[in-house]
Amino acid sequence: MARFDFGPVRVLDQAGNVETTLPGFARDREALARHYRAMVLTRQFDTKAVALQRTGRLGTFASSLGQEAVSVGVASAMRDQDVFLPSFREHGGQLWRGVTLKELFLFWGGDERGNDFSGHRMDFPACIPVATQFPQAAGVALAMQAQGTGGVAVPVGGDGATSKGDFYEAMNIAGAWALPVVFVISNNQWAISVPLAAQTRAVAISDKAMAAGIPGGRVDGNDVIAVRAMMERALERARSGGGATLIEAVTYRLGDHTTADDSKRYRNEAEVSAHWKAEPLVRLRAHLVQEHGWTKEEEETLQRSCREDVETAAEAYLATGLQPPRAIIDHLFESVPEDLAQRFGEAGYE
Amino acid sequence: MNELTLVEAVRLALARALEDDPRVILLGEDIGVNGGVFRATDGLAARFGADRVRDTPLAETAIAGIAVGAAAHGLRPVAEIQFMGFLYPALDQLANHAARLRNRTRGRLSCPMVLRAPFGGGIHAPEHHSESFEAMLAHVPGLRVVVPSSPARAYGLLLAAIRDPDPVVFLEPKRLYRSVREEVADDGAALPLDRALILSAGDDVTLVTWGAMVQEAREAVERMATEGVLVDLIDLCSLKPIDRATIRRSVAKTGRCVVLHEAPLTAGLGAEIAADLAEHCLTDLLAPIRRVAPPDVVIPYPRLEDQYMPTAGQVVGAIREVMEFS
Repeated sequence: MARFDFGPVRVLDQAGNVETTLPGFARDREALARHYRAMVLTRQFDTKAVALQRTGRLGTFASSLGQEAVSVGVASAMRDQDVFLPSFREHGGQLWRGVTLKELFLFWGGDERGNDFSGHRMDFPACIPVATQFPQAAGVALAMQAQGTGGVAVPVGGDGATSKGDFYEAMNIAGAWALPVVFVISNNQWAISVPLAAQTRAVAISDKAMAAGIPGGRVDGNDVIAVRAMMERALERARSGGGATLIEAVTYRLGDHTTADDSKRYRNEAEVSAHWKAEPLVRLRAHLVQEHGWTKEEEETLQRSCREDVETAAEAYLATGLQPPRAIIDHLFESVPEDLAQRFGEAGYE
Repeated sequence: MNELTLVEAVRLALARALEDDPRVILLGEDIGVNGGVFRATDGLAARFGADRVRDTPLAETAIAGIAVGAAAHGLRPVAEIQFMGFLYPALDQLANHAARLRNRTRGRLSCPMVLRAPFGGGIHAPEHHSESFEAMLAHVPGLRVVVPSSPARAYGLLLAAIRDPDPVVFLEPKRLYRSVREEVADDGAALPLDRALILSAGDDVTLVTWGAMVQEAREAVERMATEGVLVDLIDLCSLKPIDRATIRRSVAKTGRCVVLHEAPLTAGLGAEIAADLAEHCLTDLLAPIRRVAPPDVVIPYPRLEDQYMPTAGQVVGAIREVMEFS
């Protein structure tokens, strides 16, 4: 079967050793440290969010444990004029794009203000209906093409999302119209309880790009350097008018689907334990230690600083008061229709 | 001035919007060179270019999703779904996204898009080409649903829909596409989006309808006039939001109301109108509210279609019934 494979599949092995040539950005200690910090911050956020949910102070939460490198690597390759359209497990990418920790807590805590991002104002909020962000990304890309902004739309979905028609329809149109989109699939091997083998007969999800006539690439999603490198090439291709690309980043969901899920019902502990050996933070830290003399003190300082950021944001979230009752009608339309305002009053809310 | 058909008025409004606002783009199946299966976009691709009047692949989910994305990123997309029966795959994008984007981002992003679709029966079209499920759409918070019933209203309401900062579903009664003509001034004037129109004034009974059924309603109004019964005929125009005030005012005057729609009876918009009157105008009512609507059946294939479509005779019967109630 023909494949449009391109780019480095993996740069670092599981022990953090360089397997192939390092891309430019990955030779810079500061740049690598920024990626490492973003992944640590994401993991600390996840840990805190789960703890808050378990103690009744946050809603149902989807952890991104083990998938931090995909999200961070994708976002770090993007530019300001690009638009991120994440699914609900892309906290790392959202944080990189300037969404604040407090906003993430607000969103998962059930407050719409969490989607009123401080960061990139044109980025989409996390998409819950699976795969529906893909056609929207094609629409964003169409607007970018018309406006000549040089921007690229970057939707991220999971392996399960590639079973939906939305995914194929969007890729097909993006191919036909040479739209500036990079479709990213964070293949974490599980769609709630359904493993990839039961999801599709496709050998690689990246092969699905062939149906749309666009290139598909497959990258080790636990290697943030490789993810970013492949993203950069796909983004450059889109920016220069070359059209859309599909990237499959292979990773593993180390946690439950959400805090409402118990993955022990459908997968065995041995499988999960085996995947812990390949998790992305350890790999980049090992590389930092080996190649850049990353010290124990630096590690402790970074961990502490991330923890403090998360704690401060969690406190700010918990201290945030409710929106006023009228907030349920105020943002539905640009100006509240008379009928709606009247009904709101009649129903005894005010 | 120009006597236009309804489909010509739609085209005139689309051309005006494309001319006036560079953010406006049209997208849909066969809308380019072919000018749309009903010719609503005839000549527009040649005039405004294939980038702005865009043929899409055959994918309704993607058409709606692209409209959502493009609208959120600064364009004013007007998407065409070829027939309402093919709109179901677009519901996910409409209900889960278009209708909610402003609300879920507290106004940071919005979705100024229009989804146009020909709807309704009466032209003996094939299976799946005659649906009217406007009530399903009107049930979705955050969507506006608009239905014109004449060429001039099609022009003014479509311009209003395109200029509106929020998503609008614009349903075009295809039975009227070529069956009525009216003078339409290409003056760029929009009609208000949330106002019903009183098409004829009368003190005896209120008749509420929309879209193609305005034809049957008008005929019934004329026939009742010969019996000395004067009808306040209200064309709803906007199915969401509903201009309740205009209906209530009319019923406060007449004390009697008949609602007419082509869509099936149960949970149709007639139920909402009747409930609203029961809540707000009970003491004004002199007779039970009557709904004229087909039973809860799938619209038949063309040979039995006439058995389904409400007739002026049924409306006359309902009006006589509420007039005779005492």
